[in-house]
Amino acid sequence: MSKNLIELKNLTKRYNDMTAVDSINLTIKENEFVTLLGPSGCGKTTTLRMIGGFEDPDEGEIFFEGKLLNDVPAYKRNINTVFQRYALFTHMNVYENVAFGLRVKKVSNDEIDRRVKRMLKMVDLAGFEKRNVDSLSGGQQQRVAIARALVNEPKVLLLDEPLGALDLKLRKEMQIELLDMQRSVGITFIYVTHDQEEALTMSDTVVVMNKGVIQQIGTPEDIYNEPINRFVADFIGESNIIEGVMLEDYKVSFDGLVLDCVDKGFALNEPVDIVIRPEDIRIVVNPDEGMIKGTVTSVVFKGVHYEMIIESDKREYLVQRTVMFPEGSVVGMNVQPADIQVMKRGDVPCSKEEEEG
Amino acid sequence: MQQRGRGRIAYPYIIWMAIFIVVPLILILFYSFTEGDIHNLKDLKFSVSSYKKVLEPIYLKVIGNSFVLAGISTLICLIIGYPVAMIIANTDVKHRNLLLMLFLVPIWMNFLLRTYAWMSLLSPNGLINRLLLWLGLPKIEIMPGKTAVLLGMVYNFLPFMVLPIYTVLSKIDKHVIEAANDLGGNSVITFIRVILPLSVPGIVSGITMVFLPAVSTFVISGLLGGGKTPLIGDLIEQQFLSSRDWHFGSSLSIILMIMILISMAVMSRIDKSPPEEERRKI
Repeated sequence: MSKNLIELKNLTKRYNDMTAVDSINLTIKENEFVTLLGPSGCGKTTTLRMIGGFEDPDEGEIFFEGKLLNDVPAYKRNINTVFQRYALFTHMNVYENVAFGLRVKKVSNDEIDRRVKRMLKMVDLAGFEKRNVDSLSGGQQQRVAIARALVNEPKVLLLDEPLGALDLKLRKEMQIELLDMQRSVGITFIYVTHDQEEALTMSDTVVVMNKGVIQQIGTPEDIYNEPINRFVADFIGESNIIEGVMLEDYKVSFDGLVLDCVDKGFALNEPVDIVIRPEDIRIVVNPDEGMIKGTVTSVVFKGVHYEMIIESDKREYLVQRTVMFPEGSVVGMNVQPADIQVMKRGDVPCSKEEEEG
Repeated sequence: MQQRGRGRIAYPYIIWMAIFIVVPLILILFYSFTEGDIHNLKDLKFSVSSYKKVLEPIYLKVIGNSFVLAGISTLICLIIGYPVAMIIANTDVKHRNLLLMLFLVPIWMNFLLRTYAWMSLLSPNGLINRLLLWLGLPKIEIMPGKTAVLLGMVYNFLPFMVLPIYTVLSKIDKHVIEAANDLGGNSVITFIRVILPLSVPGIVSGITMVFLPAVSTFVISGLLGGGKTPLIGDLIEQQFLSSRDWHFGSSLSIILMIMILISMAVMSRIDKSPPEEERRKI
């Protein structure tokens, strides 16, 4: 296992009466791609800015390679940042933007030239050296910002919603490029986004935050398949969230049904939240062969699949299938025990704020 | 169609400019190249004698004095004004407007009034000297004199330096400064390599806005300088109001105008030239 690089301990930041980051604990390993994910105002950017040294924590510690980082000013940290709106130096050309960090460190001119040229080649901007940064497109400016940070060979690169200002297609391309860069330079990326798809695509570890509190830390698969509470289930992907009761280990009940599941460790008859992902509900033509009987009330074609709403006598289910069942047809629905995720009932608000910015 | 419609809106302004700017300019130019009784058109004839008079050492010295004093006061305004602008720009928004207003309130008072105030402060038996006397300290005798004139200029024109610099500084993206820190620049490096170059447009317009009124001012030197160091503005005023030599006054005005135009051209050059790093690479 690679060793721990950054540790956050009880990190807290308050603005006047509002607690932006509430006593969070997080360990980040070397070469890890960590994404802080959450709706706007969840404290993810504040956390990033504290690691970068642009905000002072009110409480708690930041450790970098085992050493306390709290009182080290931003310019002395071996951490570089790609800012949300790039924050390029408009009075310098592309070359000088990338060379800035090296010039400040008094690296020799030959060395600067070699490293800047190599970096520009890596971000696919060779030949743009003398261009004014204002004359570049959003994607190109983004790449200058990344090159400007990476040329310093930091241990950690912080990225604050770096793709937020790009259009969808370019964003997808840049996601792949960023991932390739992270693999090839082998440094830790801490990435902030509110886009759950981006987080799932790129990360080794996803940290879901809400209201300054970490909700769940895990691999993309963990976060998606086994959300720990209603907020995570609702924020990551689409889901059917059902209130039920855990009868005993491996037995959950809702709407008068008793289903097998793979979860255990709850109290007898504990009220729980149940998550069933829309793609995990299978439809059978004969309603009697299904665990749940329902009527298709709406069908929307989404490209990869059809998104159907199927109404049982108790509730509506969101179902995604590649085969279409016409509106009005009565069908049966089945769910595998492994596809039923049972979560502790928490008092977590589950509004899905601003999924796309 | 739209373009035309908009063009029509400009007509009153064009007429205004013609009457109050172009015509007076032509008249000044006309007077500067003629000699004779200005009230008798038939008596006027072409001459460059008033320009020759400008070249007399005594008047060249006045022009030189004007430019040196204006230059020094502009420099002092820049040295005092830049930090002030930075302090205001770095104050949080809540207190920023208050600070800015405190700084601007003096401009709302009449220019003459403010200069008279300095007269009563600086005069040999003025407030400051009485205070010094009371404290048992030696008197300061700068009024009338160049120092007092400089002081008056700096005091009166300082806001015109602070405002444009403040405007530019407050528009610099906070993240750009953070980026400079992030890349290893401490506050000194960040200032020299990022903030200062980005604020050049503000410095240039500040210098222009202070230098131009400073070089042509005539009240301050009259009141605080006691006429000992007449400036070009005083000289022009004298020609029109007391000496009644409109020809000489006009040619002095034209010379002043040409020199101002030249200095403005130089300044706009500085504004547009690429910063040092870029020039090195190009």
